[in-house]
Amino acid sequence: MSSRETILQRLRNRTGGELTVPECDFSVLVRDNWSTKERIERFEKMIESVHGEVHHCTEDMWMDRLAEVLNTRGARNLLIPQQHEIGRALRDAGRDDLPELLIYDEPIESWQAHLFNEVDASITSTRGGIAETGSLILWPNDDEPRLMSLVPPVHIAVLKASELYTTFHEAMQAQNWAAGMPTNALLISGPSKTADIEQTLAYGVHGPKELIVLMIE
Amino acid sequence: MSETAEHTGHHIDVKEFHPRAQAAIHNPKIRKNFRSAMDGLMSKRKTAFEGWDLETLRDLGANVRLRALANLPDLLEQLEKKLTENGIRVHWAVDGDEACRIVRDICKARDAKTVIKGKSMVSEEMELNHYLEEQGIEALESDLGEYIVQLADETPSHIIMPAIHKNTGEISQLLHDKTGTDLSNDVEYLTASARQQLREKFMNADVGVSGVNFAVAETGTLCLVENEGNGRMTTTVPKCHIAVTGIEKVVPSMEDVSALLALLTRSATGQHITTYFNMISGPRKAEELDGPEEVHLVLVDNGRSSIYQDDELLDTLRCIRCGACMNHCPVYTRVGGHAYGTTYPGPIGKILMPHLIGLDEGRHLPSASSLCGACGEVCPVKIPIPDLLVRLRQESVDGDKLHPAKVRGHGAKRSSMEAMIWKGWAWMHASPGIYRFGTGAASKFRALQPSKAGAWTDYRTAPKLAAKTLHQRMKERGQ
Repeated sequence: MSSRETILQRLRNRTGGELTVPECDFSVLVRDNWSTKERIERFEKMIESVHGEVHHCTEDMWMDRLAEVLNTRGARNLLIPQQHEIGRALRDAGRDDLPELLIYDEPIESWQAHLFNEVDASITSTRGGIAETGSLILWPNDDEPRLMSLVPPVHIAVLKASELYTTFHEAMQAQNWAAGMPTNALLISGPSKTADIEQTLAYGVHGPKELIVLMIE
Repeated sequence: MSETAEHTGHHIDVKEFHPRAQAAIHNPKIRKNFRSAMDGLMSKRKTAFEGWDLETLRDLGANVRLRALANLPDLLEQLEKKLTENGIRVHWAVDGDEACRIVRDICKARDAKTVIKGKSMVSEEMELNHYLEEQGIEALESDLGEYIVQLADETPSHIIMPAIHKNTGEISQLLHDKTGTDLSNDVEYLTASARQQLREKFMNADVGVSGVNFAVAETGTLCLVENEGNGRMTTTVPKCHIAVTGIEKVVPSMEDVSALLALLTRSATGQHITTYFNMISGPRKAEELDGPEEVHLVLVDNGRSSIYQDDELLDTLRCIRCGACMNHCPVYTRVGGHAYGTTYPGPIGKILMPHLIGLDEGRHLPSASSLCGACGEVCPVKIPIPDLLVRLRQESVDGDKLHPAKVRGHGAKRSSMEAMIWKGWAWMHASPGIYRFGTGAASKFRALQPSKAGAWTDYRTAPKLAAKTLHQRMKERGQ
């Protein structure tokens, strides 16, 4: 008998007999619908409490703010999506106050060392955010691959205030996650951190040292 | 199971609990490290649940876990089907050794020389690192705490914070000796230095091995909770990702995950959520530019299906590995994680390890508790840990009378002398004449009572018998 059958058989022929299935009432997870203003405030408070930054922007001036953020950090380059409107807008703008724009358009194998050692910052879109925990929802794809939000030391994420959900429970239901998930989905709630050395917080242990949210209102 | 028992040879001998606990209690550094860490974690947990109806949330957590366990075999099959559809290969292992062999075979088939690891307690249970090294495959931990513990050739002393027993100075010295990092008390510097070393390793590793916090049957999704990003690196950068998990980690849907995640991170470290919540539902698709080509899931039983047989013991399998029980345990806080000598220390270890290593090997575990009940009060899925400790104590001294034998090593602590004494005690208390005679005689000859009564009186004054029995005093009062 295979190990699979052995295990399943042991579980099926339980000596204690059939187990009763309890009711699960998820209403404790439901928050009264917060206003957009409340959601924005809570999101900002939460993400700042874990060392993230929120910059309030409009459709017209987010690029100015981005340029400021990158310049104060002395970023030599910025990894951008190729297809997404964020990437297109940046390329079309032709601004001279932005650093060199890089596109993730070939498999990681061909430029891994460059991504790990030479890329200073990246910018990605989000599929919304979660106010209660200060989280960004990312579904990486071929335009914005998984490592884009992980390897560069500065990750900049664009979040539309109108796409802020109150809770994770609400977000997954509104976006119908039960219908199917992408190969990789993420909640990102701050820069990479550790407290493994004597409970002292240190940022950027493996992933980005800084998480900057451009909130489009 | 017997193979697993042999495998535990790598462990510190569990039976040596008493001397190790003794040593830890008299080690001011250990006492200080754990005391301050646990105090911090307790208060952070409390703050994180402010504004929540915690009792109702814990009820939901318990019900979500019970519902999953009630449908466990069906859910595992559903999970397997869905993961397979998604392109993830599923393997089943009866015990830790089989799980190790599965990982080895996947590595060998890819001609892999190096494995980078994300944090996984199941892989600790399997003792995967030792095994892979024996097979000529380098296995490197990438969680900073696990990395430190591995450099020191130790085991984790806490399931969430593996290196909590060490202070900055010791870690700096260790990194200096093993990796050439400059000595420093600057945690940022030490962390940055480890980042640099591990980045090289991520780029060159052939296989990434991780654990799983929740496996979702409905969508075929493996969920990982972490702060550092090493889990994401491990599951994204190497061409092959192997996830190992206990069979009890499966839940029906993402909705269940939303409840458990709300409880897990707040209970563990007092965080509303961790930095990363990583949901993996498949290997890299043709059009994708990164991610592993191959993803495997190894479902490990290792004693869990035995625990599953009994209605009471089953509650052990609800555990979501948050570590709140150890953070709040007065024994754990004083002796630290290593005194237990087991993969899982603290209260959860005391109720889980006897099933994995047997009550003979782990005979001291259920009694290494004051039964204060703190663990049960904070458990996010309401595992009645104190009740289970009592049950295991009964199992360890009982013949086959209270329950049919369920736990390996059942009755290991039984002493025929002690059994006889209790039998006599019961007989005396059930016979009024004998009882009066016995207690009367004891009061009369109380001067002969020894002042030492084994280990009990090492730290306590022996109780003195009263000059008159209660019966005599009541009689004198005319009642």
